[in-house]
Amino acid sequence: MNRYPLWKNLLVVAVILTAIIYAMPNLFGDDPAVQVSAGRLNSVDLQLVNEIESSLKQAEIPYKGVVLEENRLLIRFSEANEQLEARELIQQKLSSEDYIVALNLAPNTPAWLQSLGAEPMNLGLDLRGGVHFLMEVDMDAVLKQTLESYASDIRILLRDKTIRYTQVNVENGVLTFGFREAADLDAAIDAIDREYNELVVAIDENAERPTVTINLNDTIVRETQNLALQQNITTLRNRINELGVAEPTVQQQGQDRIVVQLPGVQDTAQAKKILGATATLEFRLVDFESDVQDAVNGRVPANSELYYHRDGRPYLLNKRVMLTGEHVINAASTIDGQSGSPAVSVTLDGKGARIFSNITRDNIGNPMAVVFIESKVETQIIDGEEVSVRRQIPEIISVATIRDQLGKKFQITGLDSTTEARDLALLLRAGALAAPIDIVEERTVGPSLGQENIDQGFASVMIGFALVLVFMIVWYRLFGAVANLALAANLVLIVALLSMLQATLTMPGIAGIVLTVGMAVDANVLIFERIREELRLGNSPRASIDAGYSKAFSTIADANITTLIAAIVLFGFGTGTIKGFAITLTLGILTSMFTAIVGTRMVINLVYGRKQRPKLSI
Amino acid sequence: MHLLSKETNINFVGIRKIALAFSAVLILISAYSIVTNSLNFGIDFTGGTMIEVGYPQAVDLGEVRSILEQGGYGDALVQNFGSLTDVLIRLPVIESENMAEISNQVVALLQAEQTDAVEVRRVEFVGPQVGEELAEDGGLAMVYALIGILIYVALRFEYRFAIASVLALVHDVVITVGFFSFFRLDFDLTVLAAILAVIGYSLNDTIVVFDRIRESFLKMRKAEPLEVINTSINATLGRTIMTSMTTLLVVVALFVFGGEVIHAFATALLIGILVGTYSSIYIAGTAVLLMGVTKTDLMPPEIDEDGEVNPDGSQV
Repeated sequence: MNRYPLWKNLLVVAVILTAIIYAMPNLFGDDPAVQVSAGRLNSVDLQLVNEIESSLKQAEIPYKGVVLEENRLLIRFSEANEQLEARELIQQKLSSEDYIVALNLAPNTPAWLQSLGAEPMNLGLDLRGGVHFLMEVDMDAVLKQTLESYASDIRILLRDKTIRYTQVNVENGVLTFGFREAADLDAAIDAIDREYNELVVAIDENAERPTVTINLNDTIVRETQNLALQQNITTLRNRINELGVAEPTVQQQGQDRIVVQLPGVQDTAQAKKILGATATLEFRLVDFESDVQDAVNGRVPANSELYYHRDGRPYLLNKRVMLTGEHVINAASTIDGQSGSPAVSVTLDGKGARIFSNITRDNIGNPMAVVFIESKVETQIIDGEEVSVRRQIPEIISVATIRDQLGKKFQITGLDSTTEARDLALLLRAGALAAPIDIVEERTVGPSLGQENIDQGFASVMIGFALVLVFMIVWYRLFGAVANLALAANLVLIVALLSMLQATLTMPGIAGIVLTVGMAVDANVLIFERIREELRLGNSPRASIDAGYSKAFSTIADANITTLIAAIVLFGFGTGTIKGFAITLTLGILTSMFTAIVGTRMVINLVYGRKQRPKLSI
Repeated sequence: MHLLSKETNINFVGIRKIALAFSAVLILISAYSIVTNSLNFGIDFTGGTMIEVGYPQAVDLGEVRSILEQGGYGDALVQNFGSLTDVLIRLPVIESENMAEISNQVVALLQAEQTDAVEVRRVEFVGPQVGEELAEDGGLAMVYALIGILIYVALRFEYRFAIASVLALVHDVVITVGFFSFFRLDFDLTVLAAILAVIGYSLNDTIVVFDRIRESFLKMRKAEPLEVINTSINATLGRTIMTSMTTLLVVVALFVFGGEVIHAFATALLIGILVGTYSSIYIAGTAVLLMGVTKTDLMPPEIDEDGEVNPDGSQV
């Protein structure tokens, strides 16, 4: 009998209705919005909503509504320029340390759909515009730092045990200690072994003098590297929050890489500067007793180092660093009350404040320098190989006379512009990176191209779809029309699944949907050709339909599974955008199996199932 | 419409020598072109910087070039992209510079020279190491896909079918890649994805033919393998052409309306599907024949659970 049991019909109808509901949110589009989310110490609450609403009313900026979500606030507008004005206003009103104000889009999903948990698809960066960075953490630097800290610990250990060493070196990932006497060497190995069982200590046979080499064991290396990566991710998150991006992604990729995605960000120069900056600050006393000119000519006193001010003037600074940027707990850009020039006001932590106040107390009247150290990566060709070389560029940004004992709060002056003051404050606030990072990949899509991609993608899906519809009807008549219903249902199912999974739709993803539209009818083509064949053999229409579906099934399964294998490999290999293609292709294959086999059979049964000897329109 | 529903009886396998010669010529040209011309690899694989900028009106490329040259980017490749107002600038990996910054410097350079706003439409920067990895991973993906398919087909059919299908796939991949090499088209990550999709698609076609060959072998017990294969290809011909048509229709839609960014991808699909359709009609069946498949190879071994199965799958 060519009839489905009732439950099967109901199942098909239920699946398709559910799909329609969950695909619907994509029809409503979205509004430009300003997103306000809380900083570390705050929360967004009704009071804030009232404040913002009253100031918007005061400034006569029309808005469509305010939505208070768990930890963010979305204010909707009808026009993009109102959105920009409002952001400006809100940014001025709220302090940047407490709240993050960013541009975003707010979906117009009706409340009843929202209550069902239906949401529109996520759009990838190539469709909504934005920046994608792949950053690599310099793991050699991480190891070097770790070894250096061990070096100073071991120095203290050896001194305590009165073991004499002649030299200490960290090179190529190995720490070496040299000794005069072999007896010292043995004692040292003994002491280090006892104190640090995570170190691998060995005698360097090739060295002229007695030397030990010290390596980190593999577990420690892995732990250290992982820790550095995690710290960098945290720091990057902080910095991005400071940049004001609505829905940023910061994710680990592999052993030493971090993916950063910033939807809607256009000023990539600013983003790169802030994200990649490994800038640190050092406060040092100026050595004003020695002659700077001598130092420039190459005679630098033993306790000093030569630095240049950003205006080009040389200075001799004490080798000893008073304080580094890590003691900074807060920083804000301001205007210096006396000179009216841009400045950064800095707040130190307790320990930093103690050190700072002691040194400044003893040095009232002496000049102090603020050194800004930026590290840059350059690609050089060494022995025909491309090698990335990191260079530290120290620069004095301000030299000021200590007028008073400084404590917890003070100002850094001598900055060129307010932008610079803001950037420096941001970097100080968001913390230093645990290890230097480089941008090894960037993909930026401007907003107009994003919209164009959406339009063109939509157009190609629709045109491809229409062409296939016409073709199928011409070729298979009523059966073709049924296949077309299935194809439409398939499109709805794909969109619904993408929305439910909250998968990210990219341009290659749209290409995957287009391809699916073409390939999804394949199952029906196989079935219909089989039915025609059975009819030619003189079988009854009902038997032909039945044989067509059952004989084609294993072929359809085989053909689709092999395509699935290719799609899964694509997914595994995929970088972001290629993954989008693999996802839609996979979903499309799976859903098409359902609609093309179960779905069309249901309709065909409803049309022909009750007739004894129907005449098939195929 | 019943254009193809009359039973066709075209002797596809009979003209296998011509088909094989034709394929051999295509493969030789492709291989020669790939070896001598190599491929016009995009920055995804070579590393480098690519910047697409939009001007308010049509812009003189020579002018853009000279601005870049004065700025120290003499080796920039400048071309229109899709329209006269869009310009695509490509820069190789440049030594001794902070590479991630190049795009911003180039954009600043162009914006300084232009009174109207130059809009940055797209920036792609790939570090040399990342490019190398992508190329390596891409090659591996292709190999994994082929191995996965080999295993599946060997399990579902027979190892000779598996080898035949993979031969047909390699045929399609080489000719598609050869096309890109011969016409110096950009070979980027999306093209690689398209080729993997072509592998899936072309195999889909081949499997349908194989499925019918298996079925026919069991049905036409007295027939010669050549006849069986021919009948099977003819029986599935309507479907092969129909599905290729619908798929080609959507890919043409993608090619025409999908925009510049998707162009190379659509081109690869277009060529791949054409070659894939041809190969599943003319090459896959012939390959099975040349492998010497007979009906005894395809007898399902589990007809009688107690029956002894010979190593070749036949039963006594």
